[in-house]
Amino acid sequence: MKESQLVKGNVALAEAAIQAGCRYYFGYPITPQNDIPEYLSEHLPKQSGVFIQAESEIASINMVMGAAATGARAMTSSSGPGISLMQEAMSYMAGSEIPCLVVNVMRCGPGLGGISPTQGDYFQATRGGGHGDYYNIVLAPASVQEMFDLTMKAFDLADKYRNPAMILADAILGQMKEPAILEPREPVRTSAKPWAITGAADRKPQYLKTLYLSDGEQEAHNLELMRKYDVIRDKEVLCEAKNLEGAELLVVAFGTASRIVKTAMNMAREEGIRIGLIRPITLFPFPSKAILEASEQIPKVLVVEMNTGQMLIDVQVSAHKSAGIFFYGRPGGGVPTPEEVLVEIKRSLHATAGIQASKNSVG
Amino acid sequence: MPQQVFKRPRTLSDKPTHFCPGCTHGTAHRLVAEAIDHFGVQEKTIGVACVGCAVFMYDYFNVDVIEAPHGRAPAVATGVKRARPDRIVFTYQGDGDLAAIGTSEIIHTANRGENITVVFVNNTVYGMTGGQMAPTTMLGQQTTTTPYGRDFRTDGYPIRMAEMLATLEGVAYSARVSLHNAKAVLNAKKAIRKAFEMQVNEMGFSLVEVLSACHTNWRVSPLEGQKKVEEEMIPYFPLGVFKERTGKDFL
Ligand SMILES: Cc1ncc(C[n+]2csc(CCOP(=O)(O)OP(=O)(O)O)c2C)c(N)n1
Repeated sequence: MKESQLVKGNVALAEAAIQAGCRYYFGYPITPQNDIPEYLSEHLPKQSGVFIQAESEIASINMVMGAAATGARAMTSSSGPGISLMQEAMSYMAGSEIPCLVVNVMRCGPGLGGISPTQGDYFQATRGGGHGDYYNIVLAPASVQEMFDLTMKAFDLADKYRNPAMILADAILGQMKEPAILEPREPVRTSAKPWAITGAADRKPQYLKTLYLSDGEQEAHNLELMRKYDVIRDKEVLCEAKNLEGAELLVVAFGTASRIVKTAMNMAREEGIRIGLIRPITLFPFPSKAILEASEQIPKVLVVEMNTGQMLIDVQVSAHKSAGIFFYGRPGGGVPTPEEVLVEIKRSLHATAGIQASKNSVG
Repeated sequence: MPQQVFKRPRTLSDKPTHFCPGCTHGTAHRLVAEAIDHFGVQEKTIGVACVGCAVFMYDYFNVDVIEAPHGRAPAVATGVKRARPDRIVFTYQGDGDLAAIGTSEIIHTANRGENITVVFVNNTVYGMTGGQMAPTTMLGQQTTTTPYGRDFRTDGYPIRMAEMLATLEGVAYSARVSLHNAKAVLNAKKAIRKAFEMQVNEMGFSLVEVLSACHTNWRVSPLEGQKKVEEEMIPYFPLGVFKERTGKDFL
């Protein structure tokens, strides 16, 4: 087994892509994810891979579409405005069922926004982001190790379901260094892709398209996609559940916010307050069942995010109807401190009201 | 023994086209299919369809096809070709697709010298969406969004893509042809074949701009449409070869 090494999150992610067999990267520079293209521009050519710095994120994602359509593993990475520019092609890929990996190391918004850590793109990532009735598979790492592991996983899921997968990270996860083992947990599987566009040599010509004009054709296609999303919801949910037994309050947080919550949980325990945590690792599919079951036992739920309340909506939809739901969030690069989270934990515990999302952001 | 002297190219399907009767998209399709047949590369050709009247490319060409978002075919083709450099990759794009929304992609794909072939059909309008102004619409030409005729003061000038792209180092071949009469079609056939030859010989990016009538949206008969191509379009969009690389003379 490989030794653990001190490595940046973005680099761990880029290395995972190579180890997952991705040989095609297309991207356009934007902070805070530049380490990814920089690493891949150095290492992909050594693997006979292709690195193109495209003229825009629109071109990048469309190049990804072309390479992935031939059956190759292909990816791009970007942040905020760049991810917005990719949405049309991601919708096409969801529609024509072309797998790929899109990495969003989030930056603030709306607009150009700052580059500090934030989770403001939760809606964009989990609601498809582009036009039409579709979803991306969304994975939210919370450590450098997970930047590696979930990137490998994302390629597998994308291929398995012929769907775009997204890693939703932030500047802390991208930029910080942590010890991590850069080695696959399981051997890398590459499956046959009989649907790929490779030239009609020993078979009839085939195509990848999204336009359906005959009566009922589009509806049938959408229903087919819906069934696929249902299977994903059924089979691929990942979440971390911690200290749920006997907890007085359930906290739900993902990514960087979940790390801060864990520190606050320890502080709470020292004061004799028992906190449980559910950390969604897949944001789509969302761990609705885990949250429902936990919130049946634990009457109060606090959602902590680095935004003004986006995953909150999914928790509200998932949680047991008897649960009181509270929210604490800091948007726009504001990173909650464990002390702030502890205050919110206590406030939620002492509150008597039922469902409320008290948007006490900056104190 | 009677000898067959004319037949449908293998690469062309026998599906009746959805194009308006008299539209030259069909002729352009045939010339592309003939070129693919000529080089015997049908089994390894991948077409990239644009959004426009030619979106149904997979119905007419017996090759693998991927449909690109509006204007992005050159980027999609770049991805395909980089992943499968031994395949023959072509895009087939309209003037709204290539010269308006997809300007960035065509310029940079050409500039990178991607070894692909682009067939660019210039019919001066957005055919599929009902005849709106295109970047190639002639000055004074009435369209559904230039009801008073295109005015350079508000809409600028018709853009000459074949000439513009010929200035880029990455381009191996750039030509403009027309389909308004038999002689023009024969010339177009040569140019399209040449463009594919460039790709087969790995010379870099090749493009053929094909002047085409859209008589439906021009509100004229097919014959009047061909006349307009000859008398109005060609004087502004001159036919010819604007660049032809003879060796792999990369800088
Ligand atoms: C992003 C986007 N914008 C607009 C459209 C609508 N649209 C479809 S085809 C088309 C124009 C096609 O015109 P052209 O490229 O000249 O091809 P033609 O139909 O004339 O062959 C437009 C604007 C679209 N499909 N996608």
